[in-house]
Amino acid sequence: MKAFLLALVALLVITIGANQILLGIGFSIEETTVSSKNVRLPDQNE
Amino acid sequence: MHRIFAVFMVCLTCVTSVSAQVSDAPGQSTVETNPAVSTLEDIMRRQEGLAVDEGDRAASVGDPANAQPADGQLGTLGGASDADLWRAFRFNEADITTQARVPAATTLIQDGGMWWLKFRAGPMLQIGVYLLGGTLLALMLFYLIRGRIRIHGEKTGRTIVRFTSFERFGHWLLATSFIVLGFTGLISLFGRKVLIPAFGHETFSFIAVSSKWVHNNISWAFMVALIIIFVFWVVHNIPDRTDLRWLAKAGGLFGGEHPPAKKFNAGQKLIFWAVIILGGSISVSGLSLLFPFEFNLFGHTFSLLNDWGVPGWFGAADLPHPLEPQEEMQYAQLWHALISLVLTAIIIAHIYLGSVGMEGAFDAMGKGEVEEQWAREHHSIWAEEMTGTQTSSKKEV
Repeated sequence: MKAFLLALVALLVITIGANQILLGIGFSIEETTVSSKNVRLPDQNE
Repeated sequence: MHRIFAVFMVCLTCVTSVSAQVSDAPGQSTVETNPAVSTLEDIMRRQEGLAVDEGDRAASVGDPANAQPADGQLGTLGGASDADLWRAFRFNEADITTQARVPAATTLIQDGGMWWLKFRAGPMLQIGVYLLGGTLLALMLFYLIRGRIRIHGEKTGRTIVRFTSFERFGHWLLATSFIVLGFTGLISLFGRKVLIPAFGHETFSFIAVSSKWVHNNISWAFMVALIIIFVFWVVHNIPDRTDLRWLAKAGGLFGGEHPPAKKFNAGQKLIFWAVIILGGSISVSGLSLLFPFEFNLFGHTFSLLNDWGVPGWFGAADLPHPLEPQEEMQYAQLWHALISLVLTAIIIAHIYLGSVGMEGAFDAMGKGEVEEQWAREHHSIWAEEMTGTQTSSKKEV
């Protein structure tokens, strides 16, 4: 039973922790794919 | 009177000829001459899912050079009609300005994705219902026919340690995360068909957003647990001759005779490898969905299979390659859902046998210790090893 309860705690910690880490490093689809500059697609590297 | 009649006839003739000229204009069909118009043959082929030559239509996107001058009678109308503009979007000919950096930003209309949408909204759901419903039905029938698998011999009152605390921690982490992933995944898959009619759009919106957040973030716990159980149990799950004998007797499920088995019998080994291989595949396709357009799994796989000539072995045409960015995601979604449904069906059977289906089985994961007689009946070789070398681990109850 103790192993089961520990697994539940780990589940919560990993779930919330993973979300916070991904938010922290800025790896959201919004942050990685949007630029403040409105440019034409062929100029993506600018 | 004659003069009035003559004037009337002249006027009537003029009106008739003018109206005839006006009605002639719409009567001239442009189907044959305008390359942008779909022919009946094209429409029929498209409905049958056959390839249609869209070359001429793709090129028919208007020409700015044909625009009327701004000081013309009707002002400038541009060189392209609305239809030309939408065709340009559809065939990737439009000059698009956007802030988005994803590869998919270049594809505003992807009519190649219609087959995915249809499959996901129809056959995919049917497969899910048949797989999960069929498994539940089969287990119910099995229970009615075979009943609970009892411990046949007299119980000893002694127990043997079957799984350590860390093994059970890894198992429960995997089990709980998989169950939550399964429920939230089914909400995503069946929500539109089942939950919206039942609860309405607003309630489903809240459920869908919440379940997506949980599904995305709890997936890391599943992947961690998958690695833990692989590291702990791979040694015990390597197939050997014992498994052939066990399989030949169907594990004693029907005859009552218990074939010898080590720590894990052949059935458990099959479940272990199903979890590792299918769970691994679900994890990889899930990562590609979690980070869209970062991994091009299917384009590379299809290219490799085509190079090896694999589709030809089955008399099929080459697999599509290269894939559009959305197509990568669509294949990943279908694969992720299909393999998850298969694994869920397997796990439902595993849960049944590990709980109500077999007396004494749940103790292995519940307490970590099993009745010695249970071990002798279901894992006789392992029980011999344990009772022979670890008598100190036995304890009187």
